[in-house]
Parts: sequence; structure tokens; C-alpha cells
Amino acid sequence: MKCAVVSFPGSNGDMDAVYALSDALGTPAERVWRTETDLSRFDAVVLPGGFSYGDYLRAGAIARFAPVMEAVAEFAAAGRPVAGFCNGFQVLTEAGLLPGVLMRNAGLRFRSHWVHIRVERSDTAWTADIPRGTVLRLPIAHGEGRYVVDTETLHRIETDRQIVFRYCTATGALAPEANPNGATAHIAGVCNPAGNVVGLMPHPERGAESLTGGDDGLMILRSLLVTSGVAR
Amino acid sequence: MPRWQAGVTVMLKPVVNDPQGLAVESGLRQLGYGGVSNVRVGKYIELALVAEDEADARTKIEEMCDKLLANPVIEDYAYVVDEAYGDTDAEDDELDSEAW
Repeated sequence: MKCAVVSFPGSNGDMDAVYALSDALGTPAERVWRTETDLSRFDAVVLPGGFSYGDYLRAGAIARFAPVMEAVAEFAAAGRPVAGFCNGFQVLTEAGLLPGVLMRNAGLRFRSHWVHIRVERSDTAWTADIPRGTVLRLPIAHGEGRYVVDTETLHRIETDRQIVFRYCTATGALAPEANPNGATAHIAGVCNPAGNVVGLMPHPERGAESLTGGDDGLMILRSLLVTSGVAR
Repeated sequence: MPRWQAGVTVMLKPVVNDPQGLAVESGLRQLGYGGVSNVRVGKYIELALVAEDEADARTKIEEMCDKLLANPVIEDYAYVVDEAYGDTDAEDDELDSEAW
């Protein structure tokens, strides 16, 4: 079991992701550069947070054309686990691997604080170890995290169960005050129809140590081990 | 091949909420322009390109808009294109694709 963490120019969560996977979880992880074209030696791929290519044009819009993204698309098409945290989520939507788009926060403020999210399904590659309905406490740090989809797509992803996480209160209730960015239908994270590609705005890799405020993020990372058959 | 100069305007679709536009509108109101409404903030992108003729230039610009310049989920685009005169050399301005 070995994870790749993709670095783009402007990624800043890549070392956090490597640390969370290798030190906190205990699974080997290494950074790969945007020019990497072969990911076959890995069992999972993480697109980390940050500001790839300065977030020029739109967040994630330019990273999508990095050579490594073709390899990520092939990896995803083969049904293998891919996750995007924050900017990584933005890259996955721009690349068309996940539905929707992340827009400027409704309140226009960069939001950097802890939030609660509710796990809406536990049969994705990245939630296999978390019972449905579990409330996780994780940090967010984004200016463009408002998940937006048109009504038709929203209906489709609800029907196809592609909503994986929703912002909620500490007790798991959906409420406007618990939605930090004005996201459509309180959506914090979605998956592809197969459930192997998951993206979310909160940072599991920054919530992987109780020393730094909480370790609920480990549940998401640990799910990988269940998915890969290393643990159950 | 002839050179062309294009100006591309990218705007959020009318149904998409634009918090930037709302903030600018509120700023204008505070300046005393009470009659201002429907402020929307978009992007304007200039580019030069070589193409066989205007139709070819239009095809290329629309491809660029569909693939990168606009996100069709939330944005619409419009553009104007004219034959470029003078000493602008589009070939010198080519992006270094290696850097990507």
C-alpha cells in the first residue's frame, strides 16, 4: 500500500498530506511532481490543497492540464482511489472527474476555521471505514469553496448518491449557519458515480493529529486501508 | 498565416449568484450611486493568434473558451476578433508549454 501526493507549483498542502499518510496513518506516501506520467506503482493518489498555478483564471483550471493529470484520469478510470482535498477538489472538478464547480465563498471572506461535516455514504473508497451519519470535525481554509451545480445536475448527483459530505452542526443537523461558504445543498464533498474518486473542501490531512486540534481526518485516510483490503 | 487579435469576455451565467458583483454594488451605493443595480463582475482576456482566415480563428477561439477560458458549468463567453496589423508577432508570444 503506497500513496502518491501530487505537487503542482503553488501546492502547499502536499507535505501535510505526506505527513498525515506516512506518519499519522503509517502508510508509505511520496510526493510526485506535475510532470509524472506513470502512477502505476501507487495504490492511491491524493491531490493536495494549496493554490496551484496561483489559482489564475479559476482555481484548479490550469493544474488540470499538467501532464500528471492524464495519469490521474487513467488511474481514476481504472477504479483506483483518488482524493482531492480543497484545491485538489477544485482541480478534480475542473478536470471533469467530479461534477460541479467551486466558486467564491458567498460571504466573500476567506474562511479558515474548523467545521463539522456529515458523512452521507460509507461505500466510497475514502469513507469505507466511517458509518453513514457520522459527524467529523475538520479544518477548512478557502476563499473559493462554494460548491455550485445546476438544478438538473444536483438532482442527478442526489439520485446517484454522489454527495459524500455535507456541512452540518456539531450534532449533524443541516443549518445555514453551519454552511461556511454558501454551498448548494450544504455540499462539502462529492464522488464520481463509481465512488473511487472523492473530493472535499475540508482538510482531512490537517485534521490528522490531536496535537494540532483534532484527528477525525484520519478516519477518511484510514478508509483507504479498508478499501485496499489492508485492514477491515 | 494572417494574425488575429481577439478579445474574450467571460461572464457568470445570469442564474449564478455573484457575491463579487454584490460587494461592488454595495460599494457604489456607499459612494452615493443609489440608482445602481445588477452589478456583475467578469473577466476580459486579450489574445493574439495565427489562423488561416476568420472562420479558422473563430473556431480556435471557441475551442479555447470551451476548454480553458470559461467553465461552461457557471460561465458564458462572448468575443470579438479582428485581423491584426502592425508588428505584433504572435509566434514570439507563444506560451512555453514545457513550463506547464
